[in-house]
Amino acid sequence: MPTVSMTVNGKSVSKDVEDRTLLVQFLRQDLGLTGTHVGCDTSQCGACVVHIDGRSVKSCTMLAAQCDGSDVTTIEGLATNGELHPMQQAFMDNHGLQCGFCTPGMVMSAVDLVKNHPNADEATIRAELEGNICRCTGYHNIVKAVQQAAKAMGG
Amino acid sequence: MYEFAYHKPGSLADATAALNSAADGKLMAGGQTLIPTLKQRLAQPSDVIDLGGIGELSGISVSGDAVKIGATTRHAAVAASGEVASAIPALAKLAGGIGDPQVRNMGTIGGSIANNDPAADYPSAVLGLGATVSTNKREIAADDFFTGMFETALAEDEIITGVSFPVPQKAGYVKFPNPASRYAMVGVFVSQGGGGVRVAVTGAGPCVYRHADMEAVLSGNFSSGALASVATSADGLNADIHASAEYRAHLVGVMARRAVDQANG
Repeated sequence: MPTVSMTVNGKSVSKDVEDRTLLVQFLRQDLGLTGTHVGCDTSQCGACVVHIDGRSVKSCTMLAAQCDGSDVTTIEGLATNGELHPMQQAFMDNHGLQCGFCTPGMVMSAVDLVKNHPNADEATIRAELEGNICRCTGYHNIVKAVQQAAKAMGG
Repeated sequence: MYEFAYHKPGSLADATAALNSAADGKLMAGGQTLIPTLKQRLAQPSDVIDLGGIGELSGISVSGDAVKIGATTRHAAVAASGEVASAIPALAKLAGGIGDPQVRNMGTIGGSIANNDPAADYPSAVLGLGATVSTNKREIAADDFFTGMFETALAEDEIITGVSFPVPQKAGYVKFPNPASRYAMVGVFVSQGGGGVRVAVTGAGPCVYRHADMEAVLSGNFSSGALASVATSADGLNADIHASAEYRAHLVGVMARRAVDQANG
C-alpha cells in the first residue's frame, strides 16, 4: 500500500493506505479524528468539511492520496491551548446547534466563509452555507453565531 | 468503491503515459463528479489519473479579446477573479453559482466540460460564447465539442488543457437551480459579440444545445421582449421527478428572457 503523508492540525502524519481511501476515512479511521462527520456521503450535507491548504472542502469527496503533502485542519485543530476558536464559542453562545451532528462541518465552512467575506451580511452568510445542511433546521441561530464570530475574528 | 490504482503525474506527458498504460484509466480533475460516481460503483476504472499535480493546467489569463482559463482552474478561482468579472461578468457569475462553496473549491472547468453532464453550467458558457477548447492534441470549437449526453469530441487519450472564451459585447447567464444540487433544471447563456448572437441551453435536453429560433430573433432585436414570439417545444426535453418536459420548455423561455435582461444590464 502506498504511503500518504500530510500535516494534520499542525502534526506531520504518515500512513500506508489503500489508493481508494477517502480523506474522511483517513481522518476518522486511521487517525482517530472522529470530529469530522459523515452525514450523507454524497457531497451534499457538508458534515465532513475540513480545510485543505486553507480552503474548505468536503472530505468525503476527496481521496487521502490527493492530499499528500497538504496542510489539513479539522474541527479538532481549531481550538488553541484549550481555548475555543471564536467560531466555536459563537456557536455555543448563540445555541447554534441542536443535535450537533452538522456542527463540525458548519463551523469549518463558517471559518472559511468569514475569511473570504469578513463583512458578510445575512444573505451572504446564508448563501455561503449552501453546502451545509442542518436537519434540525437550526439555521437562524447558526447565522447569528457566524455574525458574532465575524466580529470577534476582526471582520 | 471498487479498488483502483491512483496516479498523480507531474506533467501532461506523464499523464498520457499513465493513461495509455492503464487497462481502463480515468482522468480526474477536481473529482467532484468522479468520486461520487466511484462511490456508487457506477464506474470501475482500473486506474485514476489525478491531473491536480500538473501546474501548467491551472490559471487565468485575460487579453483584450479573450479570457483563457486553464483546465484545472477551480470554479472558486474563476468566480473570484476580478479580471474575469470585468471581461465577461456572466462567466464569473456562472462559476460562482456552481454547486456550493466546497464544491467550487475543488471542481474545475476542464472536469465539468469533459464530463458534459446535461445539467452542468459550464457547457452553456462554452457553447454560448463560442469558446475554443484546447487539448494536448488540438483545438476544438465549442460547436463541435459537445456531442451528446455525457459525450464529447475528446479522444480516449486526449486531455483538455484549457478553454479560450472570446470577450463578447454583452452576455448573461441565468439558471433555475435544482434546490438540492444547484445543478441547472434549466440554464440559458446568451451573448452578443463578434460571432453574432448565441443562445445556449443547458439542463433542458440530453445535451447542451443552441436555440436557433431565439438566436434569429435576438439577432434583429436583442431584447427580452423580442423573445415573446419564440416558442420552445417540449419534444425531446428531459422529464424526471424534478420537472416535466413541458415545464422545462417553459423555463427555457423564462430563463432566456432573464438572461437577455441581465446581458443588457
